[in-house]
Amino acid sequence: MDTRRKLEVLADAAKYDASCASSGSKSTRRGSRLGSTEGMGICHSYTPDGRCVSLLKLLLTNYCVYDCKFCVNRVSSDTPRARFTVAEVIDLTVEFYRRNYIEGLFLSSGIVGSIDGTMEQLVAVARGLREGHGFGGYIHLKLIPGASAELVAEAGRWADRLSANIELPTAQDLHQLAPEKTRADITGTMTTVADGIAERAADRKAGLKAPVFAPAGQSTQMVVGATPTTDGVILGTADELYRTQKLRRVYYSAYSPTPHADARLPALRPPLLREHRLYQADWLLRFYGFEVSEVVAPGANLALDVDPKLAWALANRDRFPVDVNAAPRELLLRIPGVGVRNVERILAVRRHHALTVADLRALRVNWKSAAPFVLTGDHNPALRKLDTVGLKKSVQPTLFDDLDGYA
Amino acid sequence: MIVTAPDFAAWRGAARALLAAEVSPADVLFDDGTAPGLFAAAELPPVPAGPALEVPRAFVALAESVSCHRDPQRWGRLYRALWRLTRGEPHLLDLATDDDVAWLFRAEKSVRRDAHKMKAFVRFRKVGEHFVAWHRPDHRIVRRVAPFFRRRFPEMHWSVLTPDDSVTWDREGLHFGPGVSARDAPPPDVLEDMWKTYYRATFNPARIKLKAMKKELPVRHWATLPEAALIPDLLAEAADRVAAMVQHSEGTPSAADFLPATRDLDGLRAAARDCTACGLCGPIVPPVFGTGPADARIALVGDQPDTSGAADELLDTALEEAGIDRAAVYRTTAVKQTAFAERDGAREPRRANAREVGACRPWLLAELAALRPAVIVCLGPLAAKAVLGPLFRFTERRGEVLPAGGTIAIATHFPATILRAPEEARAEIWAELVTHLARALELAGAGYHPPSHYSSRVPY
Repeated sequence: MDTRRKLEVLADAAKYDASCASSGSKSTRRGSRLGSTEGMGICHSYTPDGRCVSLLKLLLTNYCVYDCKFCVNRVSSDTPRARFTVAEVIDLTVEFYRRNYIEGLFLSSGIVGSIDGTMEQLVAVARGLREGHGFGGYIHLKLIPGASAELVAEAGRWADRLSANIELPTAQDLHQLAPEKTRADITGTMTTVADGIAERAADRKAGLKAPVFAPAGQSTQMVVGATPTTDGVILGTADELYRTQKLRRVYYSAYSPTPHADARLPALRPPLLREHRLYQADWLLRFYGFEVSEVVAPGANLALDVDPKLAWALANRDRFPVDVNAAPRELLLRIPGVGVRNVERILAVRRHHALTVADLRALRVNWKSAAPFVLTGDHNPALRKLDTVGLKKSVQPTLFDDLDGYA
Repeated sequence: MIVTAPDFAAWRGAARALLAAEVSPADVLFDDGTAPGLFAAAELPPVPAGPALEVPRAFVALAESVSCHRDPQRWGRLYRALWRLTRGEPHLLDLATDDDVAWLFRAEKSVRRDAHKMKAFVRFRKVGEHFVAWHRPDHRIVRRVAPFFRRRFPEMHWSVLTPDDSVTWDREGLHFGPGVSARDAPPPDVLEDMWKTYYRATFNPARIKLKAMKKELPVRHWATLPEAALIPDLLAEAADRVAAMVQHSEGTPSAADFLPATRDLDGLRAAARDCTACGLCGPIVPPVFGTGPADARIALVGDQPDTSGAADELLDTALEEAGIDRAAVYRTTAVKQTAFAERDGAREPRRANAREVGACRPWLLAELAALRPAVIVCLGPLAAKAVLGPLFRFTERRGEVLPAGGTIAIATHFPATILRAPEEARAEIWAELVTHLARALELAGAGYHPPSHYSSRVPY
């Protein structure tokens, strides 16, 4: 099989991976001859599914001995198979990078032979890029749960980011749909990474010149919508991972009808809006100081018709209106339609003069959402809506499926 | 008065002089030199000696960025902000709601975004050993972005050409030059087809979000991006591809759907007759379930029913040599029906594929769970993987006693292997098979109490 055909098969097989981010590494590796990482990731292109092409996202092979029901590459699927050599992946990465098509490499693999044998191949690609080509671009390696600590340590040395997929929100879901994987193996691998990162941070704090270890941290991914598990449980799992494993990101991947899918899975359009709401809720946990219990009850799902921040405000009207000229930062962050950056700007402006309705509009806050919830220095006619039955209707986005920017 | 300011340095010099001479922003009109002026530019007032005015560092950075913007009013806006900063409003930049500040912030954001897009959308094409790109930015940002490409591609000889400016890195220094028209863009190189192949393969037709795409990949950049030429085709094909995906997704059921509520051996045997999970069994070729006593201490698992009887005969001999009463063991297979392949018009048994093994596995696991033998003997790698999990390495771990779903298992050779093995290896394989069977007998007699802590990868 020629390289081009392999690329076709193994990029196609990798497209269900949600993580495509190439940010997080703040400085280029010493002595790099090709490539750089400067903190902010670059999306080099976009596909019509609205997702960016930042990394060359490939599977080393899509042969796999596992039988995870939601995965197109499971052993019982009759999808076309291919297998790259280590040299082929290195060559593609370097040539694509030189033309500025990509920001780096995201490499995963089906499991063939043994867990450690597979992990060794993934590590060999990263090592070859760094040592053989002086590659300083971004590398994200997917870890095979249960891989030996030595291999995880070596992966951390060459990669910017590591990730072990949690796959599904609960151990029960995993047992049902990915019978060969265990929660203990997955979290064990995550802990090895978390320990490696913590160890390096401690060494550097103590003034030691510690070798690089996954400078962009670790992330994980879970498939959403393949089982009836609720958003409350999903966010609970994510929150626990953020706290215990210090993950940088949890990616949610709406279960997508894969070709050759198992018959027990829904053959439906993926619930993209639900995925979007989960990301919004995740954002509230990480940047807005919300607790999971405030965003959604364990047995419940997020509302689809309003975003989670607006939903919280509608359910907690007694906390409003918030006075933009007096409220502390934590409360300003709770105003629907007002983002983190605008909160900073409001705090800066109000040191000099009181903000009016016109000022908030000038800051381009989402005024439709924010209006009934804020007290300004002048008269805000929208305030009278706060205690009316029609409040939700007046602040709700008009297009149900409008997935535009989030404030 | 009219002041000409083609670039940031010129504007800064002029602004210093104007500020020192206390020329109000209302009295000065900046001309950025892009269009021929109607009036001659005025002579600038001399800069008086003395300490330079101090402005916040943030303003200098903002001004440098805004100076790349294409809007001619940038110099006037900057001068007015400078005037106010030095005339009693030192905190002006905190006031994001102020009209001047808001304009400058928006301009700065537009330049930042354009610079970011240039870093992303420049597409080098290899011309000999020289990497050349033609790109069309919105603003005059080539000098601002060039150092980024120098840091990123230090070992390459490259040039970025734009309609206004061009820049070349010769591995020693950055050299700036005049603009280059689209006609002089480099020709496509061989890697572009690979890149398009990747782009096509990485797109998931089940998740179209065109609006989100156009927001981040503005249509005006499509002309310089080789992959953008594929977009109309990808969109046109998407609906059919999703329909095919959904249709194809109904093709691989599993025996799990056919398992009965009562899972004793008779119940399983009866229910299995209706199973159509893998397509090997049917009314004419019913599934072949295990045989032997329901209280057997040893269960033997082969790969598929033996159609010739040759393997069964060999197994009987081996059992006898190992001292096992063959009437006391339970015999079954990982797949409940033999697979056949047509070859030259003749039907020949073939090995079951992974889909068939996976589809049938629930029967095997249910059967073993109902039987609860003291020892499971897996005959051959296929049976061993069905019982011990897909990562089991037969060549390395056969003969080991391993926990398996609440009991123990030992993997050994499939008797028919002997028939296919080279002459010189047969004695050794046979000896191993007999030894492993004898070990199983010993374990079955001793009884086995698995340690309470082990977790099984094979739940049944």
